Amino acid sequence: MNAVDYTKEPPVVEGRPALADIDEMVARPLDERPTKKFYIALSITLTMLLIGAVSLGYTLFYGIGMWGNNQPVGWGFDIINFVFWVGIGHAGTLISAILFLLRQKWRTGIARFAEAMTIFAVMTAGLFPLIHTGRVWLAGYLFPYPNQHHLWVNFTSPLVWDVFAVSTYLTVSFVFWYVGLIPDFATLRDRTKSTVKKVIYSVCSLGWRHSARHWQHYEKAYMLLAGFATPLVLSVHTIVSFDFAVSIIPGWHTTIFPPYFVAGAIFSGFAMVVKILIFVRKVFDLEDIITINHFEKMNKIILVTGLMVGYAYAMEFFIAWYSGVNAELFVFINRALGPYAWSYWIMVSCNVVFPQLFWFKKIRRSIPAMFVIALLVNVGMWFERFVIIVTSLHRDFLPSSWGMYIPTLTDFGILIGSFGLFFTLLLLFTKTLPVVSISEVKAVVDGSQPSRHGGETHE
Amino acid sequence: MSKILYGYTALFDSPDGIMAAAQKTADDGFTKFDVHTPYPVHGMDKAMKVKPSKLGFVTLFFGLLGGALAMLFMYWTMAVDYPMVIGGKPLFPLPAFGPVTFEVIVLAATLSTVAAMIALFFYLPQNNHPLHDTDYMKNVSSDKYGLCIEAGDPLFDEKKVKTFLDAAGGKNITPIYNPDPVKYPLLQPRFLSVLLVVALSVSGLTYFTLNKLMYMPPFDWMSEQEKLTPQRTYRLFEDGYGMRMPVQGTVARGFMPYPYRDQPVLEEEGLANPLLATEEVLTLGKNKYNTFCSPCHGDHGDGDSRLRGYFPNPPSLHTPRAREWSDGQIYHVLTVGQNVMASYEPYTTREERWAIVHYIRALQRAKNASDADIQLVRSDNNAR
Repeated sequence: MNAVDYTKEPPVVEGRPALADIDEMVARPLDERPTKKFYIALSITLTMLLIGAVSLGYTLFYGIGMWGNNQPVGWGFDIINFVFWVGIGHAGTLISAILFLLRQKWRTGIARFAEAMTIFAVMTAGLFPLIHTGRVWLAGYLFPYPNQHHLWVNFTSPLVWDVFAVSTYLTVSFVFWYVGLIPDFATLRDRTKSTVKKVIYSVCSLGWRHSARHWQHYEKAYMLLAGFATPLVLSVHTIVSFDFAVSIIPGWHTTIFPPYFVAGAIFSGFAMVVKILIFVRKVFDLEDIITINHFEKMNKIILVTGLMVGYAYAMEFFIAWYSGVNAELFVFINRALGPYAWSYWIMVSCNVVFPQLFWFKKIRRSIPAMFVIALLVNVGMWFERFVIIVTSLHRDFLPSSWGMYIPTLTDFGILIGSFGLFFTLLLLFTKTLPVVSISEVKAVVDGSQPSRHGGETHE
Repeated sequence: MSKILYGYTALFDSPDGIMAAAQKTADDGFTKFDVHTPYPVHGMDKAMKVKPSKLGFVTLFFGLLGGALAMLFMYWTMAVDYPMVIGGKPLFPLPAFGPVTFEVIVLAATLSTVAAMIALFFYLPQNNHPLHDTDYMKNVSSDKYGLCIEAGDPLFDEKKVKTFLDAAGGKNITPIYNPDPVKYPLLQPRFLSVLLVVALSVSGLTYFTLNKLMYMPPFDWMSEQEKLTPQRTYRLFEDGYGMRMPVQGTVARGFMPYPYRDQPVLEEEGLANPLLATEEVLTLGKNKYNTFCSPCHGDHGDGDSRLRGYFPNPPSLHTPRAREWSDGQIYHVLTVGQNVMASYEPYTTREERWAIVHYIRALQRAKNASDADIQLVRSDNNAR
């Protein structure tokens, strides 16, 4: 397996399975009863979710005074987790939309799963701005609607841009994902033997008939959606970064934030995809569809985006010095040497130092090594948001208002709960929907396209 | 009951086979036929001679429409309906409207594209299509490639189509029949009871949420706060009132109290009406007079009040004594009261009282008009 011929593209699907075998391979987990392992995994994630729910219940009842947020650190775990989870989502859209436009056929095997991950991550992320407002039940005020106060939202505020960006992102990701699922629902509908499932699949498939006249519009629509999702995914984390960059806080007020945030988002998202797919391909016997080549390519993207993030870290320091603004310079020196220096160095080592191991082909293709590195990347990216938010806020302009941020148990409970929610949704997804796009994988198997069109992918 | 034929289907094993068959079908002049493949086969649209998809126009139209509406809406809310200067930006800050405009373009374009594709281009959802639940559909769903020539085609002839499909290399050539129409009667007890349960639960839940839940803790903690509000009792104060009166002699900022309050009759001569008798002031005065003065003094100041008999009758405002009063004296009466007439200071502003004075002057002049006044009114009417 280690000797790979790089002069020619490795086959996207290994072993040239027959088309019917792909159905079988992907749909088997949906037909079988969940195993004991599944229940164990689900009970763990549900426990985490319960911890989060209890912490959230406390927060909703007693207010956000339960958190560690204070003056001057007005943003804490709430916004850190929000940015972290939105970032995780970005890999899915990148794989499904950008790699689609770039004609990367290897994306077909992992696109569906990554898209699902996007949706669940954005759902988890969307929770945080809501609970961060304190009174979740009044969140309707975030949207411009005619109300008795005759007030409108402030459209010049990045926080409102955020509402639009995240809700659009969730909607478009979901629609994109569902459009991809329609033909698979039809395939499942035609092969299932259970009447209940057949009704569900029939409703979800909308009566799809695999008609070539439909495929033509379908492919057009898929390309259009990919074309829109691509700038959308870039815009979302750009706008998230505006939450910081449009303010005048030293450490936030920088123009490098949008590209730096987008690179970081893709970086952390791919790390998450790699980590989860390692288990998915093993548990569901999808080694032929999600191959080691897929992982190698994703690890390369992690390496590239990691270098971008590292460049941004360095450039922030350079600009702080070059600007000649004392407040800027102080914030950055304080980041590296101040009371939260430990978090800064966790961030740098996890995001910049360890991913350099991916320069070695052996490590890129080693499952345990990539798992550890991807885990470190996610830890590092969480700390990146911690560093950006907490270290910039805790040293205010006036030394008299300096403070420290100490998260409470409730904060940690909600953080654990967010992982619980994400992984619970993911686990349920693996048993209810095809984790690999059946029709897309069939289209890229060797010999699936007419000889005149020799498997060449075009729209 | 004889079944109505929908069409003939044939299965093919390879993408090359279906490609050739589709090409041949289109070349032979068939128009109502379809190819069914488990995944999009490249080049099939050309072989079938179908026109390029027009879906992009939907996307373009709704994308532009969404963006334009978003921009217009933001302009209207922030510059027209509730204009507010934020951060020194103009009322229409184009760059700051960029992100939301972009997001709405994407949202409108994608949702309209998908909705149009499913509903207008595919006529979906359609789960009662004749092809559903056939072996043919089960095969093309999985690993076969199918061709279906519909009976609605002008060239359709059962025998000819069969031989044509056979010649094209098709296998499993089978006829497909239209399904029997199914009726769903509306007035079924089961359906109606489901409807009732849904209606009751939705309305009940809405009622509970809006009228009960929002007044329970913690949802009412916005209105029920642990702070002193004007209507609350507070035991720390002797009188128990939460609301405190201002200290004696407190004067509002920028406001001089009326200095002649203690005089029963105004002795000061210098108190002149600060307002000009413009039409606007007279209208204000008329409104206030009709509201506050006319119940006793009558609509025209004759003392013919609507309250006659229930209340001591006030004198006419047209007596020589009243007409000789200065503006200041009338204003003084309005402000501090006279005899049984109470002070109208709490109910009217200073300007309103001066406007009433102007209106009383107008009434007095009208009731006792000189010839010159009548001439003036006549010439004024003629000029109009």
